[in-house]
Amino acid sequence: MERIPVLRMGSLLLITIQVDMHDKLALQLQDDVTERISEWGSTGVLIDISSLEIVDSFIGRMLANIAAMSRVLGAETVVVGMQPAVAITLVELGMSLPGVRTALSVEAGMELLYGALKTGTENERLEA
Amino acid sequence: MDNLAEIISQNETRLRSEWIRTMSSAVERADLISKAELDEQCASILQAIAEGVKAGGAGSISGAGWTTARELLSSISASRARQGFSPSDVATFVLSLKQPLFIVIRENLGREQDRLFETIWSATKLLDSLALFTTDAYIATREELIVRQQQELLELSTPVVKLWDGILALPIIGTLDSARTQVVMESLLQTVVATNSKFAIIDITGVPTVDTLVAQHLLKTITAARLMGAECIISGVRPQIAQTIVHLGINLEDVVTKAKLADAFALALQRSGRAVVRTTAGPTSALAGLLKKQED
Repeated sequence: MERIPVLRMGSLLLITIQVDMHDKLALQLQDDVTERISEWGSTGVLIDISSLEIVDSFIGRMLANIAAMSRVLGAETVVVGMQPAVAITLVELGMSLPGVRTALSVEAGMELLYGALKTGTENERLEA
Repeated sequence: MDNLAEIISQNETRLRSEWIRTMSSAVERADLISKAELDEQCASILQAIAEGVKAGGAGSISGAGWTTARELLSSISASRARQGFSPSDVATFVLSLKQPLFIVIRENLGREQDRLFETIWSATKLLDSLALFTTDAYIATREELIVRQQQELLELSTPVVKLWDGILALPIIGTLDSARTQVVMESLLQTVVATNSKFAIIDITGVPTVDTLVAQHLLKTITAARLMGAECIISGVRPQIAQTIVHLGINLEDVVTKAKLADAFALALQRSGRAVVRTTAGPTSALAGLLKKQED
């Protein structure tokens, strides 16, 4: 069965969506991400959707869901490289993805995640 | 019907001079068109009308016999629309032919009452429809002008400028409606991708009023930019607009707003880890240095 690969990069998970998403694939991805986070103890999830050209409300909700689930499991999510047309579509659908962090490129997303992790560990250290 | 054509072609010179005289007593637009040009136009129209009556009859001007007259009239009214004539000026241009034409018809058919009436009736019908046609052509040209100006305005008024590496500015001039928001949103998002910009400053100094609809359009644009990973700052909020926003209860709390474009730019620079530093001493400190030297 077709699957979207979930790569491990240190404490981060890297997901690149390069095919047209359909509902089954989205549900499978949701399962995989939650599974991997708890298995590997990841603290950040980076989803690259720069090749995604078509979205519907289901895919939009799936992105929001993955972010919310990851947060429950203790990982930050960043969605990077959204195309203008995709952004306009999501806004017109009324989905502003309030809980999801965004960045322009994978590089910027990584920076954001590492920044978030760093302040997180510093806070923990300060608390300790 | 043949009478009318005959009468017109026989008395062409007289009709023309009378026509121009009536026209200039009704509307004097010597500033917009020269006498010689007017004379030439009148002559060619009279000729075309005579031909039209001969070929197509005076009943209707939509036939093939009237093609020359129609083309001539529409080109004249188009050029007049551009020259700045008013609609009544353009209509009067054709309608002022009535009096001279009626006088000529009466002189020719004065003794035969029935034919006189018939000819005058067909002549007045003909001239009315010609005047209506002229007005229609005039309005069509005006409409074209308006549509073109609207398009030009739309293209002109949505530039996205790069202020700094990673900082864009979008000065919006004029009212934001749905169609314009779409254009603004698209051009902003395209430029964000193309220049890989983290900050976008939307300057609304040129937006005359901000109502709930405009605010909603703005928020949509900002949300779309945020989804792509860019941060938006609204600048150019005038005191009056700030009051309106609060009175209308528009929630702009999740959006950074600044009074001046300069403030927004400074904030964007600061957030991207940059600062503007003066490299030479300012005028006051230079003066102070000079004074100190003199004291020494």
